[in-house]
Amino acid sequence: MESDEGERLPMSRRPEWSDVTPLPQDDGPDPVVLIDYKQDFTETMDYFRAVYRANERSPRALSLTQEAIRFNPGNYTVWHFRRQILESLDADLHEELDFVECIAKSNSKNYQIWHHRRWVAGKLGTDAAIMELEFTKKILSLDAKNYHAWSHRQWVLQALGGWEDELDFCRKLLKEDIFNNSAWNQRYFVVTRSPFLGGLIGMRDSEVSYTVEAIMANSENESPWRYLRGLYKDDIQSWVNDPKVSSVCLKVLSMKSNFVFALSMLLDLLCHGFRPSEEFREAIGGLRTSDSEPLDSDLGKAICHVLQHVDSMRANYWMWRKSKLPVAV
Amino acid sequence: MPLLFYHIRPEAIPKTRYLMGELAADKHVKYIISIEKKKDNFESVVMEHLRMNGAYWGLTTLDLLGKLDAMMEVLFVGGFAGNIGHDPHILYTLSAVQVLALFDKLDVLDIDKVSNYISGLQNEDGSFSGDIWGEVDTRFSYIAVCCLSILHRLDKVDVDNAVNYIVSCKNLDGGFGCTPGGESHAGQIFCCVGALAITGALHHVDKDLLGWWLCERQVKSGGLNGRPEKLPDVCYSWWVLSSLIMIDRVHWISKEKLVKYILGCQDLENGGISDRPDDAVDIFHTYFGVAGLSLLEYPGLKAIDPAYALPDDVVKRIFFAHRHCRSDLSLARRRLLLKLAVVFCN
Ligand SMILES: [Zn+2]
Repeated sequence: MESDEGERLPMSRRPEWSDVTPLPQDDGPDPVVLIDYKQDFTETMDYFRAVYRANERSPRALSLTQEAIRFNPGNYTVWHFRRQILESLDADLHEELDFVECIAKSNSKNYQIWHHRRWVAGKLGTDAAIMELEFTKKILSLDAKNYHAWSHRQWVLQALGGWEDELDFCRKLLKEDIFNNSAWNQRYFVVTRSPFLGGLIGMRDSEVSYTVEAIMANSENESPWRYLRGLYKDDIQSWVNDPKVSSVCLKVLSMKSNFVFALSMLLDLLCHGFRPSEEFREAIGGLRTSDSEPLDSDLGKAICHVLQHVDSMRANYWMWRKSKLPVAV
Repeated sequence: MPLLFYHIRPEAIPKTRYLMGELAADKHVKYIISIEKKKDNFESVVMEHLRMNGAYWGLTTLDLLGKLDAMMEVLFVGGFAGNIGHDPHILYTLSAVQVLALFDKLDVLDIDKVSNYISGLQNEDGSFSGDIWGEVDTRFSYIAVCCLSILHRLDKVDVDNAVNYIVSCKNLDGGFGCTPGGESHAGQIFCCVGALAITGALHHVDKDLLGWWLCERQVKSGGLNGRPEKLPDVCYSWWVLSSLIMIDRVHWISKEKLVKYILGCQDLENGGISDRPDDAVDIFHTYFGVAGLSLLEYPGLKAIDPAYALPDDVVKRIFFAHRHCRSDLSLARRRLLLKLAVVFCN
């Protein structure tokens, strides 16, 4: 790999490029909106245009694309041509992964880099799986919610394999930050798609316990609540009847703080036929904003009433929920 | 190479003082013009391939502020329009088609060539690739469907299959990701809901569930984020709001607080809007801030179509200028979507 160190020698003074006439950008008849490019960048792109026009798939063209990418990793055409050259030269793709990693460090949210990485990894096949999982792990250690890295990781698992340790990876990331929605999403991805686990039904018990624990630690955390609901996908009856679900709602309500998601889930349960015991009624009674107000005998209405007040930004949503309640739950 | 040359008329003289909580419209006009005039910083270089998008953001914002005709004189349209249809990436196609639509110059395109190029990017599972190398993302589904419908050529692709793919990206929270299993993200949701709106397939959206997820994106400051536990960002006003409007759930958020948040992100001295209060302004967030305010019916702004992301009059022109579109397209399909540069902050 070339180093970025030292002074850049203008291409016009490099002997290996003396046979190429740079091709300036044709910006049409009027220079009004012309960008006054930095000179080095302009020169590199002028040579790039020349080799691209000539479709020159040579080692020097490959290193020229590398230079152009360093100036601007967001140019699709340069990446596109680089792949064509790599193919023509049958280049060492492991070296290419090193180059991508080097560029990715400072541009981890650039679409082209990830796409290129995927292309290279796909060419290398299953051998690349471990390497790619390590690579995304590295990027995620810098930004645990990097959308591109997660997307790449899901692709690696599905295309190249490496599912074995993925649930454990999710567990570690969630241990670092239990609010990381990306890691919760990945967990759902693994539980539902890994060929080594028992799918949603096989995993449900252990996943529900894990999720309930997460909720009890931070009941204002949106992600585990949605995850809990997702564990009963297409099985509303089990969700309504599972005492672990209703009891986590009740426990959170009795703590009397950060209970919006607990109330919301209880409301959903009621709407789907859950029969609340007296304890639920008492817990909701304890959340009333003023003691003078009588508790609505319709528990659904009482819940919406509380939510309208404590989650006032979304008051219209809770009012709408109230209007949609089934009669007398 | 360029598609469009324009000339900036010099007469705009900005009002000098604005109060907090007021849209500094003239300042934003001045800011946009100053960017168009001096594209000489390194950031512009990095944005090279997005240059057309940058122009679009600036020009659309000017139009929403009611200043496009006054400020801009279009000198030349064309140039590389003849190359559209051999693009290295579908993002370029969208940019070109949209800028042409904005200036009512779609007639310079070879519509069959462009639509053949786009339809060639559809895969067997209904998804779309961004280029010949096969990068798949629901953003490209949106771009493809959007371009084709602007060109009145949706019949060139398997629409049912395109819809199936998007539906396969739906998550347990009602949102959508970039591929099946990908995390829900407000930008991807806009693309998916938008594409479903264009194709008349919004019945696949679980509107109540998604609506709740979207309105949960509003945080205490009034701003919107794009995913749980992320910071609010002005550009998400667009992705979230437009999606909420398309599924008829926009009244579930606090509009007043959001307006206040966006206005709080203005640079009242020099114009422009940033992602968060006190950050540096840029053209991208200026566009999304003004577009968001337009969706919120802020006074003095042109209406913007939530689906099209273009001023209503431009949208109407695209539909009703073409006699055949009335009969060819269903009512839902006539609700075209148009959005330049599907680039998200994350
Ligand atoms: Zn942003």
